[in-house]
Amino acid sequence: MTAQVTGTDILDVAREQVLGRGVPLTEEQVLEVLRTGDDRLQDLLALAHEVRMTYQGPAVEVEGIVSLKTGGCPEDCHFCSQSGQFTSPVRSVWLNIPELVRAAKQTAATGASEFCIVAAVRGPDARLMEQMREGVAAIRAAVDIQVAASLGMLTQEQVDELVDMGVHRYNHNLEAGRSYFPQVVTTHSFDERLETCRMVKESGMELCCGGLVGMGETLEQRAELAAQLGELEPHEVPLNFLNPRPGTPFGDLEPMSTNDALRTIAAFRLALPRTILRYAGGRELTLGDLGTRDGLLGGINAVIVGNYLTTLGRDPREDLALLDELEMPIKALNETF
Amino acid sequence: MVFADAGAHEPVARGEDPGAWCGQCGLGVGDGDHARCAVRAELEPPRYCIHCRRRMKVQVTPGAWTATCIEHGSVERSTWA
Repeated sequence: MTAQVTGTDILDVAREQVLGRGVPLTEEQVLEVLRTGDDRLQDLLALAHEVRMTYQGPAVEVEGIVSLKTGGCPEDCHFCSQSGQFTSPVRSVWLNIPELVRAAKQTAATGASEFCIVAAVRGPDARLMEQMREGVAAIRAAVDIQVAASLGMLTQEQVDELVDMGVHRYNHNLEAGRSYFPQVVTTHSFDERLETCRMVKESGMELCCGGLVGMGETLEQRAELAAQLGELEPHEVPLNFLNPRPGTPFGDLEPMSTNDALRTIAAFRLALPRTILRYAGGRELTLGDLGTRDGLLGGINAVIVGNYLTTLGRDPREDLALLDELEMPIKALNETF
Repeated sequence: MVFADAGAHEPVARGEDPGAWCGQCGLGVGDGDHARCAVRAELEPPRYCIHCRRRMKVQVTPGAWTATCIEHGSVERSTWA
């Protein structure tokens, strides 16, 4: 039996508790980690990496995402350029099925095992569900890749339909901790988001549920998000760093610092030792090349390859070369962590 | 006349014509400093037609983007070399 650590250094506590016993950090402990100084950052990242390697192994899950329906969203998520309520230059556009299949093929060619179809909506209507049914069938007939979806809030009937289509994972982020959520979204509630997440989990689909950091939340609220994600126990947590979008309410915020972003990655890994932790939007701006590498050595074990929904990502060859250099194999299709 | 880089002022269906409007911010290319637009163009497709300033329909996919101006047509750029 592992002895309890009696000291108060949070990294020593985390080493014994998370690495030694597999017990995630609590909200208070995550906050303590987020408050550690830059002088502890390398030790923190090294510990988070050990935790990742112990509970998840060296493989990295690679995913591509595409926007099936862009812009014109009725919701007011303050970080999002696709809301129809802001003066963002993003216009509404739909992707056709041949282009959707082409995007899935592009993604699969990188070795990715996941392809996520995303729509900027409050929730899917009949037209979108029909487009999904056609699109998922066309992808599954042409490309060897797992299909995920992100279509906003769902009804139970829609959850069942997606399962029937063969969608294996559904993304629905909490976006922020409960206490900060009303500062981020006013057109729906935190509990409405939770309800969709719970239905997805109960359906047998894998739940992908993360959030954004760097939106002006306090460290306490960032720790709260980690804890609330931990309670939900999603299969995957995508971690986004705010990329301030012109015309949105958060458009004038400064991107968070690289060190804060890396500390957040490590803290989330210590709060979610057995969860896939994915680099999502904003890493190019917030972390750059060096930070991307540090994050992969600090708890991250999944990446989005190529472009995002409305913005551009790194050339996939750079990411794949980095994974090769770090001796982190791409997770094979149907392999489980 | 101040130009940002080609990403910010991606010509749409007119080859060599550099256009009069910034593809990123939609302001005149001679109006003010477009240094931030040039930086943004590394991670953003253009949103405004450089010839007429109309907002374009832009579709981003994992390996490319397509921008369409109702007046000046479409351009597609691969982002995977």
